[in-house]
Amino acid sequence: MKIIIAGCGKIGSALTRSLVREGHDVTVIDKKKSSVDELVNICDVRGFYGNAADPDVLQEAEVSKADMLIAATSTDELNMLSCFFAKKMGVQHTVARIRNADYNDDNLPFIKQQLGLSMAINPEYQTANTVFNLLKLPSAVKIETFSNRNLEMVDLRLKSDSSLHGLQLSEMRDRYKGNYLVCTVIRGENVFIPGGDFTLQSGDTIGVIAAPNEIPKLLKQLKLMKKQARNIMILGAGRITYYLSKKLASLGTNVKVIDKDLEKCEQLAEQLPSCAVICGDGAEQELLLQEGIRSMDAFIALTGIDEENILLSVFAGAFHTSKVICKVNREGLTEIAESLGLDCVISPEKTVTDIILRYVRALTSTVGSRIETLYQLADGKAEAVEFVVTPDFPAAGIPLKDLRLKTNILIAGIVRNRKSMIPAGKDVILPGDKVIVVSTGRTITDLTDIIK
Amino acid sequence: MNRRMILYMPLQILRATALLMLLPAAVSIYYREPCVWSFLICSGGALLLSIPAAKLVKPYTKEIYAKDGFVIVALSWILLSALGALPFTISGEIPSYVDAFFETVSGFTTTGASILTHVESMSRGLLFWRSFTHFLGGMGVIVFVMAITNLSDRPIHIMRAEMPGPIVGKLVPKAKQTAKILYLIYIVLTLTEIALLKIGGMSLFEATVHAFGTAGTGGFGIRSDSIAGYTPFAQWVITVFMMVFGVNFNLYYLILIRNFKTALKSRELWVYCGIFGGSTLLVTLNVLRMFPSFGTALRHAAFQVSSIMTTTGFVTTDYDRWPQLSKTVLLLLMFIGACAGSTAGGLKVSRVIILGKTIHREVTRMLHPRSVRVIRFEGKKLEEAVIHNTAVYFVLYFICVMAGFFLLSIEPLDLESCFTAVVACFNNIGPAFGAAGPASNYAVFSPFSKLVLSAAMLLGRLEIFPLILAFSPTTWMKK
Repeated sequence: MKIIIAGCGKIGSALTRSLVREGHDVTVIDKKKSSVDELVNICDVRGFYGNAADPDVLQEAEVSKADMLIAATSTDELNMLSCFFAKKMGVQHTVARIRNADYNDDNLPFIKQQLGLSMAINPEYQTANTVFNLLKLPSAVKIETFSNRNLEMVDLRLKSDSSLHGLQLSEMRDRYKGNYLVCTVIRGENVFIPGGDFTLQSGDTIGVIAAPNEIPKLLKQLKLMKKQARNIMILGAGRITYYLSKKLASLGTNVKVIDKDLEKCEQLAEQLPSCAVICGDGAEQELLLQEGIRSMDAFIALTGIDEENILLSVFAGAFHTSKVICKVNREGLTEIAESLGLDCVISPEKTVTDIILRYVRALTSTVGSRIETLYQLADGKAEAVEFVVTPDFPAAGIPLKDLRLKTNILIAGIVRNRKSMIPAGKDVILPGDKVIVVSTGRTITDLTDIIK
Repeated sequence: MNRRMILYMPLQILRATALLMLLPAAVSIYYREPCVWSFLICSGGALLLSIPAAKLVKPYTKEIYAKDGFVIVALSWILLSALGALPFTISGEIPSYVDAFFETVSGFTTTGASILTHVESMSRGLLFWRSFTHFLGGMGVIVFVMAITNLSDRPIHIMRAEMPGPIVGKLVPKAKQTAKILYLIYIVLTLTEIALLKIGGMSLFEATVHAFGTAGTGGFGIRSDSIAGYTPFAQWVITVFMMVFGVNFNLYYLILIRNFKTALKSRELWVYCGIFGGSTLLVTLNVLRMFPSFGTALRHAAFQVSSIMTTTGFVTTDYDRWPQLSKTVLLLLMFIGACAGSTAGGLKVSRVIILGKTIHREVTRMLHPRSVRVIRFEGKKLEEAVIHNTAVYFVLYFICVMAGFFLLSIEPLDLESCFTAVVACFNNIGPAFGAAGPASNYAVFSPFSKLVLSAAMLLGRLEIFPLILAFSPTTWMKK
């Protein structure tokens, strides 16, 4: 597909890299020449610099021939205008990043309709959602949901004292009964789709797929179940904090927000009266101790400075706070944060990139199936994709054990009539099903791709 | 620095060149010439050596940086010139390897300077190969390979290093697709010229060889008197096509996608046409008395101006006997060259325009020290980095020409011959004045001078920087 990306910031460049890797023709636009040059040097893309809402610039980037425009500049209004012009110039699909809360209320459908937007993305809102999901199940490192929460994939980090250490998967299945499937194992930089004879080690991160009600059962057996966080401390009073606190407050959770900026604090205190807002420097240990970091169930670092987030998360981890979540924007720092022992590192870029990639992938696949959900695992080395099976899927009705699948592919779940199941060899795929496929080392755009 | 990639890529290029050598081999088979064996030996030998060698240095990652791109291009060009020279020596038609190397470098760099005293006695297969190197070198061998395979994850660095001009951009997002479009335009234009030359009375072989020479703006002919013996129609066709291949290929793409407005707004194109028109008029008036009619004078003047300006180097008459004014005009045109992004050599018209505008700005700045001026080119603000780069390139260009001139002055030849020979080789033109003029050739130079001139041709074609980087020790140090 021919895709134009306006804005080469963090999200723009992360998207560009992913889209180029998937073989799309990408053109980038940014008003800063150095950002464009940098991207052109490391990716096989074409770059233009200028105002992304300037029709001349759009014309120069041959917008009329493009299939899609993704506006991810730092300004909402610019993104909207750019998408609006692109639509008028003949682009079929437009995606805009709209992060301002003023537009992200009930007016959003109106805005989308008037501008002809295919999708509006709010990175902060999406990130808040991710964090919220993590808090609901504090023992998980990461949670991805499929098919309207009919299936969930939970990443668990095996600590050094884990009862799973040295266990083969088949033994694990015998010892811990339940309807679940271990579909990925991340060990160091490698991702495996494990077979029954795969031996688990401490330090591994395992991806378990199961129905949402099955997961607590498994965690209880593994003695990993932690109670849901009731007292939460959040550092930084930005937009993510706003969306997150709003959701948490509706559940009756006690939220304490710390930020240096008085103005931001006042704004948040006005918007969310139920939150305790404290104006002070989160980097001061004294303040954190005073505000009771020791007794918190969860600590979430959401300031705008990655380094501060990482350091304070490490600090909070030392108090055995049950859950520490750290936001890291810069890709390179994620690995460093993980090497420091932080297992819950979230990145708004990755969240947004996943969503847009899923949309693009869904547009490209037309033949036998439709993509519903897509998650990239372990820096894109593996992915989990949810397909809707269309009537012309050639392998429909054939038992899975008779299907000749390609290597490094696993059918991890099937959802039929809102009932989820972990497939066994005798199960079949039928039209209308939702199928979750996990793969490593390849991109799947179509369900027929998995069959030899 | 990705050392494995630096060794791996030139081997890939070498392999592609070895395969392309089968084309002249086929020509030799068609004409039943014994030189077919020399091609098959070279091609087979190169394939046998490069495949295991490439396995040995198979890169861990295809990521390269700007520096690597320059070095890859420089090494590839030296390697493929060395290979391309072998058939001449193995077949015994150019016994000295230095001579053969000079001839091949001259071919790939689209210079067209020859050491052959009896072109007519060469076998057709080798003549075809000689001209085919023009065709390949014109648009770039690596760009050709890029059009058919996925060379690297960051191909822009290689494109920038191989394609001439101050600013190299892509036509479409993918480098591979860009390379394909460029070659498609290139091939279609060449085929058109072959057809027109065939109509103009040439045989198919002659038409093909001369079209290759024009397309790459090279200038290897197959007769000692170059184009002089062909019909006026053929001469006019070549005049026009030399100019056509001297235009920035981006403009053809713009025409292809029907964006005529932008194409016609190109400042470089109009300056290029203006220089051609002005020079032709001046030379025509100057040489009017030497020819029987105005038409003949115009034809010869236009041909020579077009040939020198586009750095092709075909001739229809011995311009060395023209009056001083005309000779000076031609010498100046040698420096300017044609448009950036074309197959031609020289400084390039766009660089001349940028230099002119920079001079204007600096002079204004002396008068009004606080004045703020922005240099605009092709409707856009020119980045300071590009302006600096152009100025530095200009200085380097003159240092290189002067160094070459110094090294050549060891020859027992007059000043004019030595100087113009270096200028003609550096700017990839071919025929110079005096001893290396259109009526004679480079056979008079010593082997040492031939190597100096070969280096000059490579420096000129690759625009200096890649070779300097490839041979500067700091590039290879691990620090």
